[in-house]
Amino acid sequence: MPATLAERGRDAAAAAAIALLLGIPMIGLTTVDQGGALRVQTRWPWLAVFVIAVFCGRWLLRYGLDRLRTRRTRARSDSTGTAARPAPGGRLPGALAWLTFGISLALPLVFSDNRYVIDTATTVLIYVMLGWGLNVVVGLAGLLDMGHAAFYAVGAYAYALLSTRFGWGFWEALPVAALIAAVFGLAVGWPSLRLRGDYLAIVTLGFGEIIRVVLLNGAEFSGGPNGISQIPRPSFFGLPFAPPGEAPTFAAFFGLEFSPMHRILFLYYVILMLALLTNALVLRLRRLPIGRAWEAMREDEIACRALGMNVTHIKLSAFALGAVLGGVAGVFFAARQGFISPESFTFNESAIILAIVVLGGMGSQFGVVLASLVLVLLPEIGRDFAEYRMLLFGAAMILIMIWRPGGILAQREPTLRLAAKDRRV
Amino acid sequence: MSSAAGTPPALLSVERLSMRFGGLAAIDDLSLKVPAGRITGVIGPNGAGKTTLFNCLTGFYRPSAGGIRLHHPQLGVLRLETLPSHEVARRARVVRTFQNIRTFARMTVLENLLVAQHNVLQRASFFSLAGLFGRKAYRRAEEDALARAAGWLDRLGLIEHADTPAGSLPYGLQRRVEIARALCVDPLLLCLDEPAAGLNPRESGELNELLLRLVAEERLTLLLIEHDMSVVMNVCDHICVLNYGRRIAEGTPTEIRNDPQVIAAYLGEEDESVPEPPAKTWARQRADEEAA
Repeated sequence: MPATLAERGRDAAAAAAIALLLGIPMIGLTTVDQGGALRVQTRWPWLAVFVIAVFCGRWLLRYGLDRLRTRRTRARSDSTGTAARPAPGGRLPGALAWLTFGISLALPLVFSDNRYVIDTATTVLIYVMLGWGLNVVVGLAGLLDMGHAAFYAVGAYAYALLSTRFGWGFWEALPVAALIAAVFGLAVGWPSLRLRGDYLAIVTLGFGEIIRVVLLNGAEFSGGPNGISQIPRPSFFGLPFAPPGEAPTFAAFFGLEFSPMHRILFLYYVILMLALLTNALVLRLRRLPIGRAWEAMREDEIACRALGMNVTHIKLSAFALGAVLGGVAGVFFAARQGFISPESFTFNESAIILAIVVLGGMGSQFGVVLASLVLVLLPEIGRDFAEYRMLLFGAAMILIMIWRPGGILAQREPTLRLAAKDRRV
Repeated sequence: MSSAAGTPPALLSVERLSMRFGGLAAIDDLSLKVPAGRITGVIGPNGAGKTTLFNCLTGFYRPSAGGIRLHHPQLGVLRLETLPSHEVARRARVVRTFQNIRTFARMTVLENLLVAQHNVLQRASFFSLAGLFGRKAYRRAEEDALARAAGWLDRLGLIEHADTPAGSLPYGLQRRVEIARALCVDPLLLCLDEPAAGLNPRESGELNELLLRLVAEERLTLLLIEHDMSVVMNVCDHICVLNYGRRIAEGTPTEIRNDPQVIAAYLGEEDESVPEPPAKTWARQRADEEAA
């Protein structure tokens, strides 16, 4: 119900009164050093400005919120009755997605010698990949997983150990590490089969911490807090990115002048390709029986059982696939950094990945991309603001959640329509 | 149909079933036969153990004692009390609906009906793996599933809502979506838990018609819990009355209507006067105040 003018004024006046009360000691009075003695000085004009600012600010806030609410209720009353209305802006995200795809392909060509841009873009893509992996578990299957960084860590350590101990290359280690991550996915999925919501969140959170603590303490295999360094970088199908030497290198083979940027660009395209493959896989799976079963389980597990669906298998498959995708991102991360330690897989990481999924709109693939952009770029842009960076980050999160509580893209696209098949007749 | 007096053989027989929760016996030594190809009604006051009976039948509860035998035409006798809930639906093809509607709210009606065919599609797509590559066998199976879903939507008058999220449909239609979804599992025995709850008289009339048609055309066996006597008395061939977890009467609608025990426990006197609801409920009063 929109507030009247008087109500709004009263509300703003109350806020201003509190501001005045607090402002008298904090702004109105100040001490100045006068020849070694402290003297109290008054700053009443400042206080007045402050109180007026609070009054106006509060008034505007109320006004804005009321406007927003009336618009929302009006929109709701419009939408009832016309059930078959086309999704608003259904085509816009599609076009935007293609545009983003084009930009991501062309980006390295434009910024081919700007290492900072490419590095940041690679980081964004790692988070996109992690977000897509978690999206299967949280967004589609509705299982609140707060320990996704554990699978990321498993993938990274699997590759690091396989390559440093056994000399495996990036491409051979990738599927094996993914498989190991899947096993860990089943390992956390199996005991928590009966849990949902908050309880599952606690178990997965604990699992994430267990993995990190084990890595931290298992000094002989994981290097403990020192991590594993000198992890081999991926080569261009056998051609290393190295300064010209004895063995044929990438630069020599293609007759290019050696540049450290080659590897950076190559890595960018590798993660782009992995991410696109992931996207294709998840989009396809969503339209297959297993994908629909995931979504059905999110909606109502008991109904699924009553329809003869084995919820155990469905849940475990979601966990396993999410873990595989997280593991692949981990392998890439290890290969890119060349050094990993348990520091990189803290709860903070899990929280960011979960934030990406929730912020993007659960289940929306393109929403994950947008949210990764926001969550990775905001702190980067905020670098100039130094200590206010996190404040900016938090404020942006809160604003998005106020305006779009279902995430940036909350619209769910049906996996198939009858209209296209039967109504055409 | 060999048995005497024209009653078909039982599809389901519940034998001395008991379900205890601590000291409370929700079902107490209940025996019941559900004849094949007929509509059997289960009625009784609230808390009589009707829904508990359904939960035992469909594997959601494990009974404390007694057995439930299903006479499956292909697989022989199946002991339902030993099967987990999803196997009851998949193998024994005993499918249920719920008293409080459980549709997949954010998925469209059509998707709801495809999910019900999960096992068939999953097998056809080799656990979704072959489906990844768009194999022909899978695509054909999906076409079949779509055709089946569209067929039921058409017969239940839901076809124009096929692409609407199930949760945004009115209550009566959601009930029908749930029935259509259960039918997509291809059940032998369909257990409906209060299908007429919340329906207006016209809608429950349509429901009657639908139930009778399902039995006549699909040779389905129905077991239904219902409070709406206009449904129970008009469609059921056979009624079982429960009170405090025990069967207090069994028989045809006419027999039940005249049974003194049933009248005392449940039906009440013929001209039962329903107390008028209070003119203004608390919620309405509040809404009015807010509107003012």
